[in-house]
Amino acid sequence: MEPIQSITSRTVVLPRTDIDTDQIIPARFLRTTSREGLGKQLFADWRYLADGSPNPDFELNRPEAQGCKVLVGGRNFGCGSSREHAPWALLDHGILAVISSEFADIFRSNALKNGLVPVIVDDATLQWLLANPGVEVTIDLATSTLRLPGGKSVTFPIEPFARFCLMQGVDQLGYLLLKDAEITAYEKQRA
Amino acid sequence: MSAARTLFQKVWERHEVVPQTADTPAVLFIDLHLIHEVTTPQAFTVLRERGLKVRRPDLTIGTMDHSTPTRTEQVFGGKPISIASAANQVRQLELNCTEFGVELMNLQSDKRGIVHVIGPELGATQPGKTIVCGDSHTSTHGAFGALAFGIGTTEVGHVLATQCLLQTRAKTLAINVTGRLRPGVTAKDLVLAIIGRIGVGGGTGHVIEFRGEGIRALNMDERMTVCNMSIEAGARAGMVAPDAVTFEYLKGRPRAPQGAAWDAAVADWNTLVSDPGAVFDREVTLDASTVEPMITWGTHPGMVAAVTGSVPATSTDPVFERALTYMGFTAGQKLAGSPVNVVFIGSCTNSRLTDLRAAAGVLKGHRIAAGVQMLVVPGSQQIKKLAEAEGLDRIFIDAGAEWRESGCSMCLGMNGDTVEKGQYSLSTSNRNFEGRQGVGARTLLASPLTAAASAVRGVITDPRELLQD
Ligand code: SF4
Repeated sequence: MEPIQSITSRTVVLPRTDIDTDQIIPARFLRTTSREGLGKQLFADWRYLADGSPNPDFELNRPEAQGCKVLVGGRNFGCGSSREHAPWALLDHGILAVISSEFADIFRSNALKNGLVPVIVDDATLQWLLANPGVEVTIDLATSTLRLPGGKSVTFPIEPFARFCLMQGVDQLGYLLLKDAEITAYEKQRA
Repeated sequence: MSAARTLFQKVWERHEVVPQTADTPAVLFIDLHLIHEVTTPQAFTVLRERGLKVRRPDLTIGTMDHSTPTRTEQVFGGKPISIASAANQVRQLELNCTEFGVELMNLQSDKRGIVHVIGPELGATQPGKTIVCGDSHTSTHGAFGALAFGIGTTEVGHVLATQCLLQTRAKTLAINVTGRLRPGVTAKDLVLAIIGRIGVGGGTGHVIEFRGEGIRALNMDERMTVCNMSIEAGARAGMVAPDAVTFEYLKGRPRAPQGAAWDAAVADWNTLVSDPGAVFDREVTLDASTVEPMITWGTHPGMVAAVTGSVPATSTDPVFERALTYMGFTAGQKLAGSPVNVVFIGSCTNSRLTDLRAAAGVLKGHRIAAGVQMLVVPGSQQIKKLAEAEGLDRIFIDAGAEWRESGCSMCLGMNGDTVEKGQYSLSTSNRNFEGRQGVGARTLLASPLTAAASAVRGVITDPRELLQD
């Protein structure tokens, strides 16, 4: 995982609540044994028309959305299935952070393990971002701050360990493997 | 003097290899890791790339369920699995389990089934265990007083390699269910009513403990239905404290403790209750005797009403209009009497023997309405065998339904069993998201009783109308 210090980008906005992982990537695309190349299937049922051509009305397909690295979504983003294919598809499409007022637990955990930054903001900030698509924002991990246009900024909650892992590019499996002695002791005591 | 603790706290504390600190999550030991073909290939790839082994194959059980076919000829030979990518996934799981020494219930195994059905059925799911699987409905196993939750594929790799997970302790939510369900009202209706009440994000960040008379009165199949859908309220897990009903279910199952070990286990399991005075972060109370048969009308499980009720006339849900358009419903529309094209009885929510018996009880002596397609898919090969021994398969087939091999089937559109665009599917599964059962499919979630009654009439039907016959 690449270390991340900050992300600056215009936003692309999906003004919907409860965006579930079946929308982020539908189940029929999960018959893969790889994690690569899922970006094409991101939001497939919203993004493409029945004939496979891009749906011009879908927010991610609009010209101004091209190159945006920050997605803003309504409350309870990523609910439903635990499929890690959801953050894989977002990252493969070029999304590096998602802003919402609430994330589903498993999605958030999966996102953090892949270097996709979940940014939790208060409802008023979310409403402002939903109403102002395309503004430039900066997510600064060192200060856990989301900087908005006009010099405004809000801090967002993130566990110290998760932030450390993102900023150092630390892979959590490596960290767990270092606990081998403790795990062995636990196994012995329980046996 | 130790403070009063919740069931969740007790199970959590037993599994802390390294406790949580202000700066680091806990290292939590996992007692049972269930794996399936869809969320594991990339995890095994990581193990291979890093030269790692599966630390505890003895605590790992594999099955195949999500992408597997349910047509007998594709399961037991004669015809290959019709979807090449699904066949590849199945083969990859076989290769991975062989290479890493993990037990696998393969496609033809008589112990195969939906991952959340076979764990309990084998007796591998037990009170006080930590249980994980790369699947959000792992919450099902909490019905036994286990701490069971879904994880992503990266975490599947963590558990394979270390038998541990990095976790921060969740908050607790007590759902106190007073009173008892009335005839014709099921555990599915109860959990749909709970989700309708607290919302699809109402449990986020929490582990739910379902408590009270209304829960104690449920059998294990019913408790599993309730815990299964905890995730639909956003909860990390759902739990029910074990009791005599739990022990009765587990006794004599192949992987349950036997002999003296059984008595010791029961003595220990009896301590797995929330102490009197234990404090939950939140509490909600609901009276089971007021619950009606429920059905969803929208595109998430919180969009739910009584079968005898209507689509709301207005809603504060920002996706209300969008959901109505997708479902082809109008605000205020009555639900009973609305047409149904497909009926699906199955999934880890409602595919157990008592679910099949309930549906068969309604269907017996009836034919399903002309033009309705009905699929009945048992949760495991064991359940299929038991149902056939009771003649339930004949009742389904005589009524005009299809009787299939076990698997996730129409719960999610990835194994060939799908609902066509625009069709109304009355389903006993757990998710009514857009496209969940197939592109453009319109899912109505309800109980096996409501599903069977609606199949007979061809329209959404209150099952109590047929139960009175
Ligand atoms: S039956 Fe449905 S919800 Fe259950 S494990 Fe299978 S796909 Fe998931």
